Amino acid sequence: MRETTPRDLFPGALEMMILESLRRQPAHGYALVQHIQQRSNNLLQVEEGSLYPALQRLLKAKQVKAEWGVSSTNRKVRTYQITAAGVRHLEQQISSFERMFEGIALVLNPKKATAN
Amino acid sequence: MNWIPNIFRRSKIHDDLSEEMRLHIEERTEQLMGEGMSPEEAGRQARVAFGNRTLVEERSRAVWMWPTVESIWGDVRLALRQLRRSPGFTVAAIVTLALAIGANAVVFGVLNSLVLRPVNVSHADSLYVINHRTDDSWESYPNYLDLRDRTRSFDELAAMELSQVALDSGKEPSRIWGFETSANYFEVLNIRPYLGRLFQASDERGVNSAPYIVLSYSYWQSHFQADRNVVGRVVRVNKHPFTIIGVTPPEFRGTFTFFNANFYLPIVNQDQVRGDSELNKRGSRGLIQVLGHLKAGVAPAQAIADLDRVGAGLEKAYPKENTHEEFALGRAGLPGILGRPVRAFVSALTILAGLILLAACANLGSLFAARASDRSREVALRLALGSSRKRILRQLMTEALLISLAGGAAGLFGSVALLRRLDTWQPFSGVPIHVPVRPDANIYLVALLLALVSGLLFSIVPVRQVLRTNPYEVVKAGMSQRAGRRLTMRDILLVAQIAICAVLVTSSMVAVRGLVRALHSNFGIEPNNVMLVETDLKMTGYRQENILATERRMIEALEAIPGVEHVGLVNFPPLGRGGSWKTNVFRDGTSDLRSANAAANAFMYVMSPDYLHAAGTTLLEGRTFTWRDDGSAPPAALVNRAFAAQILGSASNAVGKYYKVADGTRIEVVGVVEDGKYLSVTEAQQPAVFLPVTQQEPLGEQWMLVRSSRDPEQIAAAVRASLHSIDAGMPLDILLWNRELDFSMFPARMASLSLGVLGVMGAMLSITGIFGMAAYSVSKRLRELGIRVALGAKRKEVLQAALGRPLRLLAIGSAAGLLLGLLATRVLAYIVYQATPRDPLVLAGVVLAMVLLGLVATWIPAQRALAVDPMILLREE
Repeated sequence: MRETTPRDLFPGALEMMILESLRRQPAHGYALVQHIQQRSNNLLQVEEGSLYPALQRLLKAKQVKAEWGVSSTNRKVRTYQITAAGVRHLEQQISSFERMFEGIALVLNPKKATAN
Repeated sequence: MNWIPNIFRRSKIHDDLSEEMRLHIEERTEQLMGEGMSPEEAGRQARVAFGNRTLVEERSRAVWMWPTVESIWGDVRLALRQLRRSPGFTVAAIVTLALAIGANAVVFGVLNSLVLRPVNVSHADSLYVINHRTDDSWESYPNYLDLRDRTRSFDELAAMELSQVALDSGKEPSRIWGFETSANYFEVLNIRPYLGRLFQASDERGVNSAPYIVLSYSYWQSHFQADRNVVGRVVRVNKHPFTIIGVTPPEFRGTFTFFNANFYLPIVNQDQVRGDSELNKRGSRGLIQVLGHLKAGVAPAQAIADLDRVGAGLEKAYPKENTHEEFALGRAGLPGILGRPVRAFVSALTILAGLILLAACANLGSLFAARASDRSREVALRLALGSSRKRILRQLMTEALLISLAGGAAGLFGSVALLRRLDTWQPFSGVPIHVPVRPDANIYLVALLLALVSGLLFSIVPVRQVLRTNPYEVVKAGMSQRAGRRLTMRDILLVAQIAICAVLVTSSMVAVRGLVRALHSNFGIEPNNVMLVETDLKMTGYRQENILATERRMIEALEAIPGVEHVGLVNFPPLGRGGSWKTNVFRDGTSDLRSANAAANAFMYVMSPDYLHAAGTTLLEGRTFTWRDDGSAPPAALVNRAFAAQILGSASNAVGKYYKVADGTRIEVVGVVEDGKYLSVTEAQQPAVFLPVTQQEPLGEQWMLVRSSRDPEQIAAAVRASLHSIDAGMPLDILLWNRELDFSMFPARMASLSLGVLGVMGAMLSITGIFGMAAYSVSKRLRELGIRVALGAKRKEVLQAALGRPLRLLAIGSAAGLLLGLLATRVLAYIVYQATPRDPLVLAGVVLAMVLLGLVATWIPAQRALAVDPMILLREE
């Protein structure tokens, strides 16, 4: 099915994507997985289960909060919502991630980077 | 730290998580079914997409955990479940360890209280006993006073003497043991009274100036019912009024290990207590301990130099009484002469107990290795399912530690119980001998440490095995069938363990042989059918002048009892607990009679004419005494063969020769008696003289020997009646001589008993070790054995295949252990009397014992190997 062997995400990447998704709209676990896979054009093959430890870490750090409810399709769901602390954390992470990404790109492909 | 509230929210979090994950998979499944998949296929796909659910759940939970403690608790619970699944293994392991750790805790308890901190006083580290370099500590009172006043290295010196008195508190007088001490004794030791006050230096104002008695806590408890009004009460000590002034605290038991004093009296009142006093006799060394704290900053070597300086002065001033003797310092507690052997013995015990523990660890190590290899499939599966090797090792380690802690707790429990028994144990009625081993915090600490260390030791054995496991191979091929011809870790452990056990068996056999030989050697007496009667006329107020006449009346009264064959009287019976007297003897030609020139320091017995018959000592040459050898007759003596050979040339022509004593008197040897043992059965042959009671200072305190083949109880009653008809108030102790001899056999018996116990433990450990190995190797190879049987192998061949290897290992281990054991017994020979490794019986015994152990241990596995039914086995696979 997969052409390339899946690569582990770097630590914190999954949390970042979860927070970003939740900033757009609250969601439950299954919806989060769908959302991340769709948005990445299925480039990121996240093992669905690995979402949950990440969610627990965010819960513990109080960057998201969770509530049981009923979805539009009438399913019992546990919906996650980003908190103010989560938003702050996400912004910090994104800016530091962008700097890191830029650095990596420069090292890997100096010409293209200077052309920009 | 917010894990504390998390602990209480825990189950809610776990439930939410499981529910959420279940819903997730359900939603995925429904979606896949919506895309046209069959329910089964959809469910499978959903689970694949989700990944390892257990792992996810574990990791999610781990986020909330109080990390290490919680996961350890998890390990512990798993380990408990695992252990419960194999109760045989668990029980065997725990019992093995409990025995080993228990033995170590007991030995440590003894070491702790006898050697490490023998006296329970403050600043015990600067408290020293003054010994002579010859290991004896006896000193005379005048010498003590000079040492006290002239040395500058001690804060203060106290002295004490053992003493037995009749204490009359209104009821029947009882004979009890205690100390006569210098009045500063309690001040020197810094002991505070439990009740009332203790006597002090200022109470001492000359002879008989301090009629005070201090009771020990235990005596006050047992004989005065802990009555707090006892202070101020007047009691009679040997008929003299003494005032009870106080009680010592319970934790203080005197400064003389093994001896639990009942009372303390000021030594200045010795004249009252005994009817005479040794306080002015410089040559009479009755003080058993002189002790004190070193001044701050004074090193022991300086103090010894200081003592030697004073000693040299005393030797110059009193050449008759003082030999040139150099001083040494000893630890308070164990008396000098006992200290060395006790210390050596306890150290040897410690080493042996350590060996036991090592053997137990080797034993458990191989058990664990066997278990790990039995579980290699489980381990491989867990590895294949994504568990880390670290996790699996931690699991094994947890099991090992659980077992070692359980074993340690059981061992500690047993050993504390045993130590408490020992502590209150009084092996001899009437003498406050006891082994002071109160378990304290140190013991608990040591047991815990031993448990942890041994747990770690045997749990590292299977580590390599786990690390090497290749899950793919194992799962594919089933049990790894490397039917090893190679030497494995287990083999080495087993050989080591058997060797250690053989060492233990050898040493205990050597010790037991030594004891048996000691018990059957000739003591120069015939204690069977002899009753000992201990009396003390001074306790009933007799003065010197009328003692001899009373003694003669007592002897005649006893001889008149029907059935009594012989009656003897002696100052102390040989090998009795009362101790012994010694005297300096000089060759007839010596004119300078200072102690340095003495030909020997011989045992001295003062006896009545018929003593030799009563004691069963054979007269070899010459004659014994009669009542006519009295003050008006020339001084006469009997000597033993060793005395004759050493001082008079030979036993055959000793009769008629003379020797001299310190005051210059020439004494004629009128007879020679056989050699014997006098103070302890383990002593080398010593010279001894026997003097007529009629030519010596009256004894007062004496033992009568009554030889009769009549029933001991009847004789005892008759003796009591007959002596009480002479003096109704006479204190009497009557017992069989054999019972009394137990006392001098006690150390050797205790030594052999403890070595024997260790030997038995060693043997048990080797049984379990060999059994484990043999049983394992049979169960491993059942299929192979089945095939052999099917192909027509004979019983012998089957046995050879199944048990050849364990038996070979047993042989190698035993041989190594025997060699080591023989080397070790050279050390043992210093401690246990007549222990010699070059004893064919011991060699044969050890070999036989190991062969028997091998047979016992391989019996059940052998039966199992022989009972193999190839049909069943082959059908099963």
